[in-house]
Amino acid sequence: MATELLMPALSPTMEEGTLAKWLVKEGDTVSSGDIIAEIETDKATMEFEAVDEGIMGKLLIAEGTEGVKVNTPIAILVDEGEDASNLSASGPAEEAAAVEAAAPAPAKVPATAAAPIVSKSVEPDYPAGTEMKQQTVREALRDAMSEEMRRDDSVFLMGEEVAEYQGAYKISQGMLDEFGPKRIIDTPITEHGFAGIATGAAFGGLRPIVEFMTFNFAMQAIDHLINSAAKTLYMSGGQMGAPMVFRGPNGAAARVGAQHSQCYAAWYAHIPGLKVVMPYSAADYKGLMKTAIRDPNPVIFLENEILYGKSFEVPVMDDFTIPFGKARIWREGTDVTIVSFGIGMTYALEAADKLAEEGISAEVIDLRTLRPIDYDTVIASVMKTNRCVTVEEGFPVGSIGNHISSVIMQKAFDYLDAPVITCAGKDVPMPYAANLEKLALVTTADVIQAVKDVTYR
Amino acid sequence: MATRKSASTPASKANVSKDELLAYYKDMLLIRRFEEKAGQLYGMGLIGGFCHLYIGQEAVVVGLEAAAKEGDKRITSYRDHGHMLACGMDPKGVMAELTGREGGYSKGKGGSMHMFSKEKHFYGGHGIVGAQVPLGAGLAFSDKYKGNDNVTFAYFGDGAANQGQVAETYNMAEIWDLPVIFVIENNQYAMGTSTQRSTKSPSYWGRGAAYGIEGEEVDGMDVLAVKEASERATAHCRAGKGPYILEVKTYRYRGHSMSDPAKYRTREEVQKMREERDPIEAVRSILLTGNHATEDDLKAIDKDIKAVVNASAEFAKESPEPALSELWTDIYADEIPQHDA
Ligand SMILES: Cc1ncc(C[n+]2csc(CCOP(=O)(O)OP(=O)(O)O)c2C)c(N)n1
Ligand SMILES: [Mg+2]
Repeated sequence: MATELLMPALSPTMEEGTLAKWLVKEGDTVSSGDIIAEIETDKATMEFEAVDEGIMGKLLIAEGTEGVKVNTPIAILVDEGEDASNLSASGPAEEAAAVEAAAPAPAKVPATAAAPIVSKSVEPDYPAGTEMKQQTVREALRDAMSEEMRRDDSVFLMGEEVAEYQGAYKISQGMLDEFGPKRIIDTPITEHGFAGIATGAAFGGLRPIVEFMTFNFAMQAIDHLINSAAKTLYMSGGQMGAPMVFRGPNGAAARVGAQHSQCYAAWYAHIPGLKVVMPYSAADYKGLMKTAIRDPNPVIFLENEILYGKSFEVPVMDDFTIPFGKARIWREGTDVTIVSFGIGMTYALEAADKLAEEGISAEVIDLRTLRPIDYDTVIASVMKTNRCVTVEEGFPVGSIGNHISSVIMQKAFDYLDAPVITCAGKDVPMPYAANLEKLALVTTADVIQAVKDVTYR
Repeated sequence: MATRKSASTPASKANVSKDELLAYYKDMLLIRRFEEKAGQLYGMGLIGGFCHLYIGQEAVVVGLEAAAKEGDKRITSYRDHGHMLACGMDPKGVMAELTGREGGYSKGKGGSMHMFSKEKHFYGGHGIVGAQVPLGAGLAFSDKYKGNDNVTFAYFGDGAANQGQVAETYNMAEIWDLPVIFVIENNQYAMGTSTQRSTKSPSYWGRGAAYGIEGEEVDGMDVLAVKEASERATAHCRAGKGPYILEVKTYRYRGHSMSDPAKYRTREEVQKMREERDPIEAVRSILLTGNHATEDDLKAIDKDIKAVVNASAEFAKESPEPALSELWTDIYADEIPQHDA
């Protein structure tokens, strides 16, 4: 009996991958445990093992094929003596990859299969007519760091698995090759220690970029982020500080449970002496990372694992930077202001699209930086729309939304026609079960409901 | 890899010039008199908060500094007044920081525990026990990265030595051959907890062996022994051989900070140390018995130092409090980005 082998999901957030290499050919005998293929995800290249025994009847996807969706049949295993010549993939998953299989792309090109999310930004950060290219957030981050490292010898990258492994989330892919082990430094798993060492190196005149594998683990090191990096300039009467970047994925990924799924935006935004960045689009990741590396202060740069693989349009410029403290209006509207940042923007924009169909016009603002915060843009918008909903993924108590809402009350109270509603993650540790996880996160439906509440529809 | 106990020559026989001896004597005496004055000012309410005196431990920092050269860096805990004086910072600026005045090294915004001098490569003054250890290794990292042969002295206590981040730092310092000297000032107590009650490991310097770091134990009441050990340690680091650990056995005469119940050790214990092991008395006696100085010479030195310390106290009283606008400066190295909403 023929058995279909399906494209495996090799990481919690993997939706598709590249079939980098077949290690068997048609007609080979396969036993369970044999490595039959190498599959490249956006995180790493991994080996795919056979579970069943049999003869490799047919390879359905050519090696080098990108964007192979999880669960697509990639090969057919047959029993001895069975004829494989006229087998073809069954099942519904044929759509995506099988078509591309005929013309395998070179394996080096990073997967940018998904269509880019196009900004309807009213006020772009680059001159009109600038050439644009499609890039994932991952590539934008790598380019930003590499450009700054070429520009300034005192910039270096330190963290767990940043060098030889090419980055736990592949952000620093290729950087060891270009910059060498002096500047791309693998550390032992000792967040507290290496955050302190990097901060000391910043005191000593270097410009470290510290990668936390995720910000969940930065809790082990938070003493140095706050007590050492953020406060020293003040405590030294301006004599010395820590010009450096602490970066890494923040917030929920997918199905990794409570200890790996927390958003720290509000925690760090609380601290004077830190700057805090939490971008959404690849262009913002690039321009803001370059600004962060040049900033003379400690910058907390909160990334998102789910956004890493998303494509956006990024301006093609020699030196593209975006100043801190400038929000971006993604979409103009008249009935309500939706304020968000980071992955929250996904829900904010989706909600705005759906609301438009119902005749509700939402203005969507991406704060981009949480310290400094561009209050002026928010207030001006609320004065126009008279209503506001904030959207974020973190816990609701002491959230960024709470803070924004208090500022709106103080600065635009008379303009408000409804209370400001904060849409946030639910007030629970992140559950593992798929259905509960979905419920725990902020959703587009939450945002739509909140907008209807403030617009009394 | 070899680790060993210090085999230094006793102070009386060490090969040291008269000028050196006099310099150590003056440096230690300045620290002692300065600290006594700080204690007085605290009692008068001019110094607030926590104030940790260094009295009894003077030979540690003076001996270590004896092998330092321009560009070397130092970093320590909140018990930092002695370290600042020993690296040449101005007593006036230190005392005025203790009183929280504009003329202090941090414009009055840091206080006793948080003082810095970029000019003298003094990187604080840290209030979180153990934090200065990775920070110090990071300073050493910056020198190695730049390719010079400077070293960093990272001072910490016997209590701090039990912090997890110290172990983490040992490991990375050795992997990366960082030119850092870990100076454990073992004064036998962390607040009220004696070392016997906080660890069963026989030595602090010996822990380095677990990470491949060389080190030694030094008599911290003998400035010449400390100086010799510092020479070995700095030579090791400057030669690119990585970090070095010095466990310096010392003793603090005063309480942990100004408010100390003094219930965890006996008066006799303190008295015995003062009488038999005082580091300043030891040098004084070498100076006198070796005919390097007369009683009158030493009296004159004492007088000069008192004058310096008194002048620092005067300055610290007269320097104005920082302008109220200082509340909002030095938060960011560029502008203040936050509207106060
Ligand atoms: C992380 C942390 N925990 C606790 C304290 C409170 N504390 C201040 S000093 C001290 C004792 C430290 O003793 P030791 O390291 O031996 O240094 P010494 O005071 O003897 O110089 C403690 C527990 C602190 N400042 N930081
Ligand atoms: Mg102690």
